[in-house]
Amino acid sequence: MKFNGLIRTAASSAATAALYLWTSLPSFAQDAAPAAAPPTPTLDTGDTAWMLTSTALVLMMTIPGLALFYGGMVRKKNVLAVLMQCFATTCLVTVLWMVVAYSLAFTTNANEAWQPYIGGLDKLLLAGMGKDALTLTIPESVFMTFQMTFAIITPALIVGSIVDRMKFSALLLFMGLWLLIVYAPICHWVWGGGFLANAGVLDFAGGTVVHINAGIAGLVACLMLGRRTGYRTENMAPFNLVLTVIGASLLWVGWFGFNAGSAVAANGSAGMAMAVTQIATATAALAWMFSEWLVHGKPSVLGIASGAVAGLVAITPASGFVDPKGALVIGAAAGVGCYIAATGLKRLLGYDDSLDVFGVHAVGGVIGALLTGVFAVEAIGGKTGLLEGNFAQVPIQAYGVLATIVWCAVATFSILLVLKLIVGIRVTESAEVEGLDLALHGETVQ
Amino acid sequence: MKLITAIIKPFKLEEVRTALTDLGLQGMTVTEVKGYGRQKGHTEIYRGAEYAVSFLPKIKMEIVVPSAQVDKALEAIQRAAKTGQIGDGKIFVSPIEHTVRIRTGEADDNAL
Repeated sequence: MKFNGLIRTAASSAATAALYLWTSLPSFAQDAAPAAAPPTPTLDTGDTAWMLTSTALVLMMTIPGLALFYGGMVRKKNVLAVLMQCFATTCLVTVLWMVVAYSLAFTTNANEAWQPYIGGLDKLLLAGMGKDALTLTIPESVFMTFQMTFAIITPALIVGSIVDRMKFSALLLFMGLWLLIVYAPICHWVWGGGFLANAGVLDFAGGTVVHINAGIAGLVACLMLGRRTGYRTENMAPFNLVLTVIGASLLWVGWFGFNAGSAVAANGSAGMAMAVTQIATATAALAWMFSEWLVHGKPSVLGIASGAVAGLVAITPASGFVDPKGALVIGAAAGVGCYIAATGLKRLLGYDDSLDVFGVHAVGGVIGALLTGVFAVEAIGGKTGLLEGNFAQVPIQAYGVLATIVWCAVATFSILLVLKLIVGIRVTESAEVEGLDLALHGETVQ
Repeated sequence: MKLITAIIKPFKLEEVRTALTDLGLQGMTVTEVKGYGRQKGHTEIYRGAEYAVSFLPKIKMEIVVPSAQVDKALEAIQRAAKTGQIGDGKIFVSPIEHTVRIRTGEADDNAL
């Protein structure tokens, strides 16, 4: 606890110092002339076209990208259940985002004391969002839907930890509550003008908001659900890695919408984000592949696909701030780091994080978030990191990471505890043995 | 009449079929099965998790032949299916009481 306090104090002082330096710079240049009012943003068709496309790409990441990625990795008797969980989460989050979560994440809370932590209800049911309303240079409707696709994939990622054994009813309740209690606030902290944004935490496309968040929730969920029956003794090999590779590829392509789309513009920032995303991902895939080749003697398809996803995760927070050289290092670090976490660490500690949501998304997210503080360069995203002599950024990143981990862990645990007591979260052993496809959904894949 | 059941390596099926056809024995039923005898399986590794797979894919071939032709059929199958490596398989012979050709109603040896 004391250590946390020390870091917080150091981070806040560093953040304050950095913010002071940052805001004081322009005032030297504008001493003589009065400050001009910033121009009202107008609709830019290029930006809008790109963001419409990005939105579609990010939705594709969940359905069918993630659905297939996970689906191919489970046993055949549970594949439909995985697809159902991803698809249903997509639909549920869509509605809840529209009704209340968008407002909670992206509006300013009228109560100043609450604003650092959560938005208001001004945009309940998307009130006030007319056809011509703008967010920056794009229609607000596009921004809202774009952000919705992020809100969709984050809880969907958690599915990977709980496969083969969670009740569908409990899952739906969990997803809804988690969106409102964990995702919306953290999203607000980082992107909605909350306290992490004010502290200077850099997260371009969701290293903390999406990946560390989902990864920690996955870990908590798998611990609370318990290991699958037959874990470590029964053959739980992936039933169809072809589906997994198709899914991983859709994730990779879709991720251009995720990272380059987070520039919210069709410009150089988006272009560089796309470039560094590609570079980091490929590097991470190779890093995992070579690590596995070294350790086990054979490079596997599951390994290279997993490495690619690890790279995608790690470059996410950094994508608007680092240059290609930084992307190489981030990719390599994620490839090796996530390989160790998903194989060695998991085996060592014995938790059944079935599809490595913690190992890839939490660990990858932390690597990426911290390295953003190292490799951020002024020339790319206007922010500096360790490489350019700014020693304050890494602690600020660590602060953001810690805040996310703590709130996510505590809240996820609480939600699951309540659900465990009220509706029960795990299926019966016979259902688990029979397979969720048949037991929960009355369907099979022959 | 005897039922000959042969468990063989999958890639040997075509050779066995040809050998039996050359003897004038038409018709067989083939099933894809898994099994093992003395042949060791393999190990698969997925993200560091090792699975020892003992069961190997094999083909089960069933053919009913007139008793007089059993020995020739056995010899043909063994010659065609053998590789000399462990895992070549086994042949079982069991008695058949009665046979009927569904289309014509012919029985026993006339149905083979």
